[in-house]
Amino acid sequence: MFGYSLGELGSILVMQGFSGLILFSVYLLMALGLAIIFGQMGVINMAHGEFMILGAYMTYFCSHLFASYLPGLYAGYFFVAMVVAFIASGAAGLLVEWALIRRLYARPLDTLLATWGLSLIMQQAFRSGFGAREVGVELPPWMMGSLQVTDTIEVQINGLFVMGLTLLITAGVALLLFRSRWGLQVRSVMANRTMAGAAGIDTRRTDRLTFGLGCGIAGIAGSAFTMIGSTGPTAGQLYIVDTFLVVVFGGAQSLLGTIASALTISQSQSTLEFFLTGSMAKVLTLLIVIGILMLRPQGLFALKVRR
Amino acid sequence: MSSEKHPGNLLSPTRRGLLVGAATLSATAMLPQLALAEAPPTAAVNTTGLAVTDTEVTVGILHSVTGTMAISETGSVEAEKLAIEQINAQGGVLGRKIKFIQEDGASDWPTFAEKAKKLLVQDKCASVMGCWTSASRKAVLPVFEQYNGMLYYPTFYEGLEQSKNVIYTGQEATQQILAGLNWVEKEKGAKTFYLLGSDYIWPRTSNKIARKHIENVLKLKVVGEEYFPLGSTQFNSVINKMKLVKPDVIYAIIVGGSNVAFYKQLKAAGIDLTKQTLMTISVTEDEILGIGGENIVGAYACMKYFQSLDNPNNKAFVPAFQKMWGEKTVIGDVTQAAYLGPWLWKLTVEKAGSFDIDKIAAASPGVEFKGAPEGYVRIHENHHLWSKTRVGRARLDGQYDVIYETAELMEPDPFPKGYQ
Repeated sequence: MFGYSLGELGSILVMQGFSGLILFSVYLLMALGLAIIFGQMGVINMAHGEFMILGAYMTYFCSHLFASYLPGLYAGYFFVAMVVAFIASGAAGLLVEWALIRRLYARPLDTLLATWGLSLIMQQAFRSGFGAREVGVELPPWMMGSLQVTDTIEVQINGLFVMGLTLLITAGVALLLFRSRWGLQVRSVMANRTMAGAAGIDTRRTDRLTFGLGCGIAGIAGSAFTMIGSTGPTAGQLYIVDTFLVVVFGGAQSLLGTIASALTISQSQSTLEFFLTGSMAKVLTLLIVIGILMLRPQGLFALKVRR
Repeated sequence: MSSEKHPGNLLSPTRRGLLVGAATLSATAMLPQLALAEAPPTAAVNTTGLAVTDTEVTVGILHSVTGTMAISETGSVEAEKLAIEQINAQGGVLGRKIKFIQEDGASDWPTFAEKAKKLLVQDKCASVMGCWTSASRKAVLPVFEQYNGMLYYPTFYEGLEQSKNVIYTGQEATQQILAGLNWVEKEKGAKTFYLLGSDYIWPRTSNKIARKHIENVLKLKVVGEEYFPLGSTQFNSVINKMKLVKPDVIYAIIVGGSNVAFYKQLKAAGIDLTKQTLMTISVTEDEILGIGGENIVGAYACMKYFQSLDNPNNKAFVPAFQKMWGEKTVIGDVTQAAYLGPWLWKLTVEKAGSFDIDKIAAASPGVEFKGAPEGYVRIHENHHLWSKTRVGRARLDGQYDVIYETAELMEPDPFPKGYQ
């Protein structure tokens, strides 16, 4: 650490802070879809990662489509790809809810097993459909590389992109949940399904839309992660543990909790990684999370409920 | 078919087999001479009840075609099937066509052990081409030793193992590491190294060997060594650290999905691999498919085989492979090593004049395959292969330019003294 000029240390501090922010955005983005499904509906969706990878494959598909048929618009394909990813994963989510999840609302633990099975089925479907090997998703040139801020400070363009996207989607989800009629319905169904039904809310429709939306957001996340990670049949497994960690640590039913938890985990991970090694950083981060969860089993933020 | 594709090469090992046979003059050893005209009687070449008939011999293929490892093992399965088809087109082994039974290890180590047992006990396979990860090999090893089977294992691995029942057709760690480090020291004038790896036995053992070689033999400096959990997708912190330390060489042994994340983030962070020297032993042409050529162009890889290798064997092998498995299929180091398996087994059976496992194990040392796409290889006493080490530089199109190869074959040394 020592033997470097103050200027160098300063710029490393800035870049390291920026790395932490990127990691925060990544964690938040991957957790948002699950926070809606797990947090609001209580469904433990083990296939979350596979919905993300479906989005990633859609991006791969779009990049090829644009490269072959619309090379002039290639620079902007990523935006189209994210929309396609949202629609594809969302539609798959609606289908899964209709075929599988709605039969299991009364048995939350069974959803764990059922969606885990679903994740295996989806993985094998990707493998049969797209091949067992990983695919490389090419990015339009403007999204690669970094911006030179000063001589020693560089800011990654795709990092900025992920941060912007996360901000946008988080704001969108917050608006939907707390300012829209649908959000009100979702919250009331979660608070008391029977009463909500009695009050004239179509609970089945609300459930289906919520699940679809959660999966759709997972699709967008998967699409964005083609910039920083791999796209293969089992790549979704890389994200699932961290995703659950963020959601559970945050307190399952709180959007604010998810944000706070993503921030805590990413900052400790990123800082520790700088001073220790990658593996040790992970160990310590997990220890911190376990420690806090022992003191606050309900997570960082939890709804006040009368028990 | 393949006699055209391997002009002349395959004749000499056969001839060698004949000479051995003639020299020993025993009844069974005379058999290879008859092989082309008429198959030797089954009772003479198969005394232990393997699945050998007068016209057929059964071998096993045991890889993961489902689960996480399918991504890597697919190429090996393809290569083994190609080799078997080519051998059959030439008349098979001791006049018998090879029939294969394929089992799926499903990326699950107990499943590998179970399927290995099935192939040996129930199917009586005369040999098995299979496994990819060390974990799967460790799982099947006791099975192969207990039921006396023969395994041809294709992957480069950490060494520290040797068995009568296994032929290791990939490189053990020293074969893959030492020559590459020597090269980078000599050609790039490297003084400082930053070692990276995924956190499991192969990268850790390999980096240990690399560190000993760098510090004790080359008298240079390791300025950092770090491991990441398998599947880790975030590398920004270590990239920042390396920006601070500025090592001459980044030595990376990162695998799987992490690999893709690492190179993409390296590129995004503005580290240009055409200027910063990076050497890896874990990225073959197969992995570049996922990483994307534009993200890794300029990096150096140390392997024994590259698809772009310029020799007559490889010029025949690559089109044959692509004809069978598709124009766009790429061939990485391990795929080539998997291709060697059936050929080495065939040559060994013909040298031994028998399918018996004990005779094959004993006859293996010294068996040479001149038709190997990587060039000439020979089996060492320790059941690993003598082979050359090469350095390639990644191109934009996902292939490597071969820029260096060792003059001599590197001796396999699975238990390297001074490196443990």
